[in-house]
Amino acid sequence: MAECILRANGVNKRFGGLQALSDVQIQIDPGEIYGLIGPNGAGKTTFFNVLTGLAKPDSGTFELCGTPYWPAEAHKVAQHGIARTFQNIRLFPDMTALENVMVGRHVRTRANALDAVLRTRRARTEEAAIRSRAQELIDDMGVGRYAGYLARTLPYGDQRRLEIARALATEPRLLALDEPAAGMNATEKAALLELLARIRARGVTILLIEHDVKLVMGLCDRVTVLDYGKVIAVGSPAQVQRDPAVIEAYLGPAHRTVPARQEPA
Amino acid sequence: MAAAATRPPPTDGRTPARVRGAMAAVGAVLIVLPWVIGTFGDSWIRALCFVALYVMLALGLNIVVGFAGLLDLGYIAFYAVGAYTYALLASPHLTEHFPALAHAFPSGLHVPIWIALPIGASLAAAFGILLGAPVLKLRGDYLAIVTLGFGEIIRIFLNNLNAPLNFTNGPSGITLIDPVRIGSIDLAHPGTVLGVRLSSLVLYYYLLVGMALLAILVCVRLQDSRLGRAWMAIREDETAARAMGINVRNIKLLAFSLGATFGGVAGGLFAAFQGFVSPESFSLNESIVVLSMIVLGGLGHVPGVVLGAVMLAMLPEALRHTAVPLQLAVFGRVLIDAEVLRMLLYGTATVGIMLYRPRGLWPAPEHGVQRAVGTSQRPESVSRHG
Repeated sequence: MAECILRANGVNKRFGGLQALSDVQIQIDPGEIYGLIGPNGAGKTTFFNVLTGLAKPDSGTFELCGTPYWPAEAHKVAQHGIARTFQNIRLFPDMTALENVMVGRHVRTRANALDAVLRTRRARTEEAAIRSRAQELIDDMGVGRYAGYLARTLPYGDQRRLEIARALATEPRLLALDEPAAGMNATEKAALLELLARIRARGVTILLIEHDVKLVMGLCDRVTVLDYGKVIAVGSPAQVQRDPAVIEAYLGPAHRTVPARQEPA
Repeated sequence: MAAAATRPPPTDGRTPARVRGAMAAVGAVLIVLPWVIGTFGDSWIRALCFVALYVMLALGLNIVVGFAGLLDLGYIAFYAVGAYTYALLASPHLTEHFPALAHAFPSGLHVPIWIALPIGASLAAAFGILLGAPVLKLRGDYLAIVTLGFGEIIRIFLNNLNAPLNFTNGPSGITLIDPVRIGSIDLAHPGTVLGVRLSSLVLYYYLLVGMALLAILVCVRLQDSRLGRAWMAIREDETAARAMGINVRNIKLLAFSLGATFGGVAGGLFAAFQGFVSPESFSLNESIVVLSMIVLGGLGHVPGVVLGAVMLAMLPEALRHTAVPLQLAVFGRVLIDAEVLRMLLYGTATVGIMLYRPRGLWPAPEHGVQRAVGTSQRPESVSRHG
């Protein structure tokens, strides 16, 4: 592909004595479903937080569709076109499903306090558009029947879908999903796969963190493997799966009885 | 999909006929009310005027606490800012104590209300931002402590700004504040509106109730807007709101300043209505009373907030008229003083609310929760995960 959606280079993030990310780089092409995998504590979620402005990187360069950006403020990242979901679902629990998605439209709409109070034509047409777009999205994600329900009353799997609908409402170029299949059963996972394929078909590039290797292998075009904050492998799922470094990171070195990670370096 | 039935009916931004009918009925009652209740004495109309002021205050505080979820215990400071601004601009106080000013305005600074009120409101909004800016990262208890301190600082300033230069006249307050004048009608005297002769109190009643209704309209419209949703999103989950592209800093400051504006307007009207302001009216106790109103009524729900304000603002007046005669009739003497009884009822009501209606007397309808129970379309896991 001519241009990549996201290019992050030399990303470092340190929490006190812990180097959570060291010199991480990632390059995602348009239309890809890209996987970010690694053992627990490898720095996947930290990378997500850095990418979306929820944690400030110590250094690194970021480029979205060729435009450099510095992820210092989360709301600007959303404006740039990255939307995310959270590992432990973070909906607005006491707002309805529809309202949750309507909040996602905030960043693409303009009405100010005066418009709202005077109910100007601009505010009315914008509000109607927000509502219909939000309804469209929750219908698309298969949770339309919950429009009027408070988000916290939705079943778990549907809360995940609602969170994805909310993220899509911001019109992202890159959708970042933090363990979207966590806690789902086999049926729900199959439905999720189908859903992600449909999102990709809409022209949204997807970056996902996932633990379920089977899901990653079946779904992702390419993956990056993180371990201890470092990139240890990049490539297609099949390539990465055979990579000795990856196998060692997940299972420990085969020839030792004591796991390598407990030994001093 | 069969489940489409649970969707709310499509709205085109218009008010449903049922709500319109109810609004017309309430309007009619509000117009007739002073004539009916006035037969029991002027003090009742006066009490209604204060109810209207408290409704404005409660609605303003509700923007900050109810919508945006920012606990504010110093809200009355904005009321004070509005009241003192109007008092200073529309009384002889400044010209009496500052000869230079007296020279510039030989007939006194009698700024008309449509100039003084917006100035007071904007100043209150500015103070709202002044308070909001340093507390952006605070939540809950910590925010409550800072705002409480802010409220007290304003009151103490007003109490002490009488020396070396006399700005506020200290504890004795500012007197001789101009009443509201609208066109040729001076609300301090009886006037004729549309051929009907109205007493000063009734005129004020209509003005204040009109302003309270305007406040309700503004609140409802803000709540149903992009900004209202942004406030609620921040209240529900600030991190998720940021990730959705909401500029949390600006939206919070907007809540603080708009909430303060309501307080400033109410304060200016209060000063004009009373003709006198002193720091005593702006104690911590008042902040807590206003907060109680919105918690009692239903945090974040406009009709509930109005109900709470009406109830708590009418309570002292109702007790004053019933407690003593009732006790005299039943026991032959007064066992509990009306003021003591008021605090007793406050306490009982607070405990009762906490136990039986923790979301307030008239909370926002919990969409889906009731409906989810007992509908065949409810997925089994709703209650399990809810």
